[in-house]
Amino acid sequence: MNYRKLVRDGLWTNNPGLVQLLGLCPLLAVSNNLVNALSLGLATLFVLTMSNLTVSAIRGVVRPEIRIPVYVMVIASLVTIVELVMNAYVQTLYDILGIFLPIITTNCVIIGRAEAFAAKNRVLPATVDGFMMGLGFLLVLVVLGGVREVLADGTLGNGMHLLLGASMEGVYLTVIPDMQGLLLAALPPGAFIGLGLLIALKNVIDARQKRRATGDAPGVVAQTQTA
Amino acid sequence: MSTALTMARAGLLLAGFAAVGAGLLAGTYWLTRGPIEASAQARLLRELNAVLPASRYDNALAADTVEVDDPRLGGTQTVYRARLHGKPAALILTATAEDGYSGPIQLLVGVDLQGQITGVRITQHRETPGLGDKIERRKSDWVLSFDGRSLSSPPSEQWRVRKDGGIFDQFAGATITPRAVVHTVRDTLDWVQEHGAGVFSEAPEPAPAPPGERLLEPPA
Repeated sequence: MNYRKLVRDGLWTNNPGLVQLLGLCPLLAVSNNLVNALSLGLATLFVLTMSNLTVSAIRGVVRPEIRIPVYVMVIASLVTIVELVMNAYVQTLYDILGIFLPIITTNCVIIGRAEAFAAKNRVLPATVDGFMMGLGFLLVLVVLGGVREVLADGTLGNGMHLLLGASMEGVYLTVIPDMQGLLLAALPPGAFIGLGLLIALKNVIDARQKRRATGDAPGVVAQTQTA
Repeated sequence: MSTALTMARAGLLLAGFAAVGAGLLAGTYWLTRGPIEASAQARLLRELNAVLPASRYDNALAADTVEVDDPRLGGTQTVYRARLHGKPAALILTATAEDGYSGPIQLLVGVDLQGQITGVRITQHRETPGLGDKIERRKSDWVLSFDGRSLSSPPSEQWRVRKDGGIFDQFAGATITPRAVVHTVRDTLDWVQEHGAGVFSEAPEPAPAPPGERLLEPPA
C-alpha cells in the first residue's frame, strides 16, 4: 500500500472539499470563523478516521446487502459519541455548532470513504486514508474560516478559548485593526465565493505544475471532477 | 443457502451491530451525563453572574425561581430571585424581544430592588452577523449601556434608540435590533416596578431544566 499516495490524495489530489466537493453543507455553513471551522473540522476528522477504522475492521463480517445500514449505524454512533463528549466538555462550542454537529452523520465524505476505500482495504491503510481525508477537509475548513473571519471582523482566532480552555481567553490576532468588516464574507454568499476562489487557486497551481512537468505544453487545463 | 436463511443471518448481523452501537452510546451517555449537567449548570450561573455580580447575592440563585407570564416580557419567562442574608436583593428575568429583525431575541435582565439595572445580556438571537449581532457582549460594549439605568434615568420618553429621540445608540445599518432590545428592557423594568416586590413572597417552583440549546452565534 502506497501511504504517500494516501497522504497526497487526502490533502491535495482528491481533497474532499476542493476536488470531491463532498460535505459542502457543513463546510459552507460553519466556516464563518476560524474557531468554528477548526472545531467542526476536528470533529469530522475524528469521525472519519474512526469510521474508516471500524468499517475496515468489520469488512469480513458485514454482508454486502446490509453494509450501508451498518455503515450508517457505525457513523451515527460515532457522531453521537462526539456530540455527548463535546456537550460535556466544550459546551459553548457545542451550542455554537448546533445542528452541524449531528449532521456530520450525513457528511457524504464519511460514507463515501467507508464504501469506496475502507470496505476494501486493510485496517491500517483505511485508517490512514480516513485521517488524511479528514485532515484535507479540516484544512479547507480552516483556510476558508480564517479568510472569512479576517475579511468580516479583521481578527483571526477570536473565541479560541471556547475550544482550548479559559486560558486562551482574549488571545487572538488582530490582522486588520479597526476593521469595518466586509459583511459579505460573514454571510453565506461569502462562503460560496470563498470556496470557489479556493478551488480556482488549486486548479491554477495544478495547471502550472502540469505545464512545468510537460515542458510548457500549451492548452493544458486542470479540471475539477465533481462527484 | 436458502433465501430465508440468508435474510435471517443478515438481519441478525444487523441487530448485532445495532446492539453494539447502542451499548457504546449507553456507556458514553452514562459517562458524560454528570459533566453535561455540570456544564449546563455552570453555563447558567455564568450567564446569571454576568447580569448580577455574585457578590450581590448568597442564595442558590439558579434554583430560586418562579415562572411568570406577561406579554411585556414576551410570554412565559423565568424569574430568578436573588437574596442576600435572607433578604430580597435583586431579580433576574428572562425576556423575549419578539420584534427582532430576524426572529425573537432572548435576553437576561438583572434588576435590583431600587429598579436599577445590574446588567443585561443577550442569550440567543438570529440577527445579521456584522450588523445586528453587536448586541452581543462578545461583539461590542453596547449592551453595557443599560447598566445602572432605571425607569427614571433616563426618563421614559428617552428609553429609545437615538434615532427615535432616545439615548441608546443604534448601529450603522441596524436600528431594528437595538430598538427591539431597548423596548424589551424598558418593558421588563415596567414589569418589575409593578410586580417585583410581590415575586419574592411566592413559593419557589421546582428548579426548571437548564435553558435548552443556546445558539449565540448562528453558524450561517
